[in-house]
Amino acid sequence: MQLIPCPWCGPREEAEFHYGGQAHVAYPEDPAALSDEDWAKFVFFRANPSGPYAERWSHSAGCRRWFNAVRDTRTHDLLAIYRLDEPRPVTS
Amino acid sequence: MTDLPEHPDFLWDNPEPKKAYDVVVVGGGGHGLATAYYLAKVFGITDVAVLEKGWLAGGNMARNTTIIRSNYLWDESSGIYEHSLKLWEGLEEDLGYPILFSQRGVLNLAHTLQDVRDSVRRVEANKLNGIDAEWVDAAGVKEICPIVNTSPDVRYPVLGATYQPRAGIAKHDYVAWGFARAAHELGVDLIQNCEVTGISTRDGRVTGVETSRGRIAAGKVGLCAAGHTSVLARLVGLDLPLNSHPLQALVSELLEPVHPTVVMSNAVHVYVSQAHKGELVMGAGIDSYNGYGQRGSFHIIEEQMAAALELFPVFARAHLLRTWAGIVDVSPDASPIIGLTPVENLFLNCGWGTGGFKATPGVGDVFAATIARGKPHEYAEPFTLDRFTTGALVDEHGAAAVAH
Repeated sequence: MQLIPCPWCGPREEAEFHYGGQAHVAYPEDPAALSDEDWAKFVFFRANPSGPYAERWSHSAGCRRWFNAVRDTRTHDLLAIYRLDEPRPVTS
Repeated sequence: MTDLPEHPDFLWDNPEPKKAYDVVVVGGGGHGLATAYYLAKVFGITDVAVLEKGWLAGGNMARNTTIIRSNYLWDESSGIYEHSLKLWEGLEEDLGYPILFSQRGVLNLAHTLQDVRDSVRRVEANKLNGIDAEWVDAAGVKEICPIVNTSPDVRYPVLGATYQPRAGIAKHDYVAWGFARAAHELGVDLIQNCEVTGISTRDGRVTGVETSRGRIAAGKVGLCAAGHTSVLARLVGLDLPLNSHPLQALVSELLEPVHPTVVMSNAVHVYVSQAHKGELVMGAGIDSYNGYGQRGSFHIIEEQMAAALELFPVFARAHLLRTWAGIVDVSPDASPIIGLTPVENLFLNCGWGTGGFKATPGVGDVFAATIARGKPHEYAEPFTLDRFTTGALVDEHGAAAVAH
């Protein structure tokens, strides 16, 4: 079982975590100005890379806090763990 | 049970790719091979190449649980899945090749009162669409599949099930080989070890593909790469509303025939049939995270095994032989995306999520028609890419039978 390093609790088993999908998807600043295409992009379209991916995880069976991770979707290697208010680290 | 056919020496050539084709199909799995076959057979388009980065049918086609059924809720899904089931029913004859299609029926179990209501609703919807379906109670489940534990004293008791008698399984390898052989005989080039690394366009129109074996010009290009379609589409700057996840399955050692049908449970996340040779074939829910690694998390298998043992106490001493994962491309409404793209002559067939195998002949026919005519086949019309903009979704999470 994969160990995921929670920034607050340390490495814990994957089964303690909940996956939150792509990170850094910001709610539109001016929702009323969005076209149907823009709404579709915001609601339905997510990056789906084969390689490093910035995503959200919640330590739902532990401290219950959210954090971000950069994970390689080919190998499942966690390349970086960082807080929600931090920018995506350079991992290459 | 049908006898297994002898393994043939060869079924197709391994030609060098030509410089140009009328149609290039990217992806040599079930969908790509079926598309090429129907392009040649129905539309007389034989200048076709199927490009496969690995070996034919070595991706999801080799990694699924081979279940075939058409008991979906919405009219749009019924249309395409029932079209496919009807083609399955004549496929051995059509291909001239055994595929071990066994219409042993499928039970979709209900474990809660809400499950029961949803199931009965789906049965009635199926009937209105001319699809064989019935509701059976727990005693009926026991009659159809005696090894199911229908005791009321378990955590998630079986309250009943939907039953589709025409559903079943087929031998996935033979399905792929049958399509490959038949397509090859009609003149289609099947090119393995040929990875697409670029898609070239001019004036908004596709002109060909760059591959690990050189540039191949194409009048039309059809993408049939299942879980990897997002990666291909990015080559031409196209974003898709898909997330690719590992979907795990496993088989037991060979056992005597004990399991006469297919049993699926959405609530406790396991689906089981017994392969022709005797392995118990079991599928689970998808892993929550995105992944391309063709392996998944151990705790998913653990939950799947727990569910299987509660439903089938007789499996307690069966040994697990091997596990694997396919990469499924899940769309927001759990329905496929088939049709045109903003790039002229570039066509899309993806988003089948966990449901692709059962659609193989149906989507081959429908996607071939879409490519040949340059407009969606009537069964593909509801499954356009722009439904995510218009909001005309076909929300089939309830009938997908796998926890997306």
